[in-house]
Amino acid sequence: MSSIMSDLDEADATVRVRFVVNGRKTACDVAPRDTLVDCLRTQLELTGTHAGCEMGACGACLVQLDGRAVHACLMFAVQADGARIDTIEGLSESGVIADLQAEFHRRNALQCGFCTPGMLINAHELLSNVARPSREAIRDALSGNFCRCTGYEAIVDAIAAVAEARAAKAAQGAEGASS
Amino acid sequence: MTAPLTPLDRPNSYIGRSVPRPNAKRLLAGRGRYVTDIRLPRMLHAAFLRSPHAHARIISIDADAARALAGVHLIATGADLARICTPWTGTLDHFKGMTSEPQLPLPLDRVVWAGQAVVAVVADSRALAEDALELISVDYEELPAVVDLDEARQPGTPRANPASQSNICFRTQLDSGGVDEVFVAAAHVIEQQFSFGRHTPVTLEPRAIVADYEPDSGMLTVHHATQTPYQFQDLYSRHYNIPEARVRVIAPDIGGSFGMKLHVYHEDMAVVGLSMMLGRPVKYVADRIESFVSDIHARDHRVQARMAIDADGKILAMDVHDATAIGAFSTYPRTSVVEGNQVIRLIGAPYGFTSYRAALEVVFQNKVQTSQYRAVGHPIACAVTERMVDIAAGRAGLDPLAMRDRNVIADDAYPLVSPTGYKFEALSHQACLRRLREIMDYDALRGEQAELRRRGVHRGIGIATFVEITNPSPAFYGVGGARISSQDGATISLTPTGEVRCAISVTEQGQGTEAIIGQIVADQLGLAQEHVKVITGDTEVTPHGGATWACRGAGIGGETALQAARRLKANILAIAALVLQEQAAALDIVDGQVVSAASRQPRLDVAEIARIAYFRSDTLPPGTQAQLTVSHHFAPQGYPFAFTNGIQGCSLEVDVDTGFVKLLKHYVVEDCGRIINPMLVDEQLRGGVVQGLGAALFEECRYGETGQLLNGSLADYLVPMAMEMPDIVIDHVETPTADTILGAKGCGEAGTAAASACVLNAVNDALTPFGASINTIPITPARILKALNRY
Repeated sequence: MSSIMSDLDEADATVRVRFVVNGRKTACDVAPRDTLVDCLRTQLELTGTHAGCEMGACGACLVQLDGRAVHACLMFAVQADGARIDTIEGLSESGVIADLQAEFHRRNALQCGFCTPGMLINAHELLSNVARPSREAIRDALSGNFCRCTGYEAIVDAIAAVAEARAAKAAQGAEGASS
Repeated sequence: MTAPLTPLDRPNSYIGRSVPRPNAKRLLAGRGRYVTDIRLPRMLHAAFLRSPHAHARIISIDADAARALAGVHLIATGADLARICTPWTGTLDHFKGMTSEPQLPLPLDRVVWAGQAVVAVVADSRALAEDALELISVDYEELPAVVDLDEARQPGTPRANPASQSNICFRTQLDSGGVDEVFVAAAHVIEQQFSFGRHTPVTLEPRAIVADYEPDSGMLTVHHATQTPYQFQDLYSRHYNIPEARVRVIAPDIGGSFGMKLHVYHEDMAVVGLSMMLGRPVKYVADRIESFVSDIHARDHRVQARMAIDADGKILAMDVHDATAIGAFSTYPRTSVVEGNQVIRLIGAPYGFTSYRAALEVVFQNKVQTSQYRAVGHPIACAVTERMVDIAAGRAGLDPLAMRDRNVIADDAYPLVSPTGYKFEALSHQACLRRLREIMDYDALRGEQAELRRRGVHRGIGIATFVEITNPSPAFYGVGGARISSQDGATISLTPTGEVRCAISVTEQGQGTEAIIGQIVADQLGLAQEHVKVITGDTEVTPHGGATWACRGAGIGGETALQAARRLKANILAIAALVLQEQAAALDIVDGQVVSAASRQPRLDVAEIARIAYFRSDTLPPGTQAQLTVSHHFAPQGYPFAFTNGIQGCSLEVDVDTGFVKLLKHYVVEDCGRIINPMLVDEQLRGGVVQGLGAALFEECRYGETGQLLNGSLADYLVPMAMEMPDIVIDHVETPTADTILGAKGCGEAGTAAASACVLNAVNDALTPFGASINTIPITPARILKALNRY
């Protein structure tokens, strides 16, 4: 019993971690066992990142860590020390996913909205890597994001439409640059 | 009188228009406010120690070490909570003879399923509460566990509850008479057995509750991720003896529900008691592992079915036996027998035969409770019926679509009463069949299938016709003594600046309830929708009402909003008539302007009427009291339910070497009456279909022999993901109900109702060349290989 008690005392001890969250320097005192998703949600009140399965299967907790989508439930907060973290709140405010959000809204590619931040972060990463993914490639990219409400089709449609719109805009820009 | 306008003729015509949901933007920005997100001052966190055994006596509980842990505020056992909470029993009077044991938040002396909460800990944080759980030891004496459905039904088997006479919860039968004679005389008799695995809703936001009891005022506020705030207000009030008006239940954004979040859960009831014991807010959020072992499960059924047809393929009779296992007790307050009851009443529903006999047997076992989940009973009734129809078609030498065309109730035969007692106002099976044939390009698909089969590619085409129960009247729960309302209420106000605010008792879980209510109110009042604010999900704010379940939000909630808006409009025009010295009947409202009904000439801003009524009532004739707030209730009358119908089709490919199924395309033709927002209806159908496809191919709660759930995590329990799901083509037939002005029926369960039946038929269609047959859902690769004798 006493050994458990001393374990608990250890678990209680906090560690100071620093990161840049949504563009701002932030410091948190976290227990070593605190996951990044819990730190973001409770300490930083960034509740747009959701915990759905706590084992990396559902994608609700996706955030950008140094520019890449990662599961915030599969990381301890201490592991994120020194990292740049962008959550749905930051990506919304910066406007980088505004076209995705507008297209999701227009097509009702969300219902309860619980999976939506993770979907958007994954879609954003996909479109950053592949300019015009096929519907098959979009479905494949979303295969780690569980949505119980929509049936996925409207999400796929929305991402495909944004990819087309971005590609068209890029082509216009290139034309403008060359002329 | 004003010229008769149909809703679609109006300038502010929102009924029938696809408009995005106004409340969805903040969800897209990560600004949803779910119960999971709520933090209150001085809030504590609960965690529960759960039973490792499926059935055991509790000998003793030692929680001293946990109690001594710093940061722990309370440890509560069943006995502690039983002192303040009265027990509940999940029976209803109209299910004659049904039994179920009384339940308490935590058990007193016996656990009845593996995963049942036994001891509650409240601590400063969830992590600390879980640390304390590790310090509690419970001494159990194991009892024989009843696990399997078939075993539970055997005479002499152990009982899930030893004090009861048997494992039987409920039995009932239906008999139109003369069934045996019809079978004896039939040209063909088909007999099949079906098995349906348990599955579970898996909402992405797990169950979540924050109970906040304030001892000085005796006021309980519960932030509850539920569909039905008023139902829980009533339950918390009665079981904790708090006056109803001092119980407030708030349902904010909900991360999915599908029927799962309207049942009483032991942990939720416990959390209310824990908050009362501490006089502080207490929060509990189920983690995913807890969700799998404590959320309701559904659809654990075995069905034996017989069908009689004549030489021309006309269906003459059906005779079915449905056995279902529901856990160790019946769920409160809606019971666990509704699903089976709907199975036996919906079997055969689309078809015109009149000889029908059915028996239902509902049994107890030592597993978590089953109860109502999206499309309650429909997928089972539909899969049994449609598989039997396909086999019968084969026997009669008819194509599946031709077989259905020959047997569905004719569109001009309504109204009529089904052999199971359902009253159908108007259904459209024939019209839906014709539309499905077109959108599938059915004949071309069959041609392609035959061609590919010659090349060793095994595609299957599945068809499933369905009937869905929507808009329930008090015949559903009220008659059985449940305090579950079938009416809804709305309070609608014109604000001083001419905006409109509508607080209504139907609730939002993402399906778009608030959007369609806003559309209806704007449409009826003659305003742009952005001037209408809809408020739901708070018992302190909206009138009492049934809320959102059983596909009643649009049909009943929508009609409530429509009638309330018409009353408010009449009141606005009454004041306008006084101001303009005109007959109210000669006025109308268009785009926020009072206009002459005949000429459409603008006369006065609606905002000006609001200004006068609120701030310059002295300028109105003496005796005038402007009523710019209207509260209105609507309860469905006429038909006990608004039945809807539709048909689904699917195309898939079976890999006969691996047993894997690839879904290629899914098709739905659906008739939900008046469509308010076509985009939202289509998305309800798509989401519903995918839940049915998950059930068809993947989802099953698998148990070991000792009653342990073996796959209770999102890594082990397979849910449908984007990669496996097909695109879904949707079309509509619109047959409005004449019971309401609006004419809307429900659509939320239609997709789920028939999707698994479609897949079952398509897989069997694909396997026809091998003479293999499957009547088990989910249709896993292993089951396909077994049917092919390759496993």
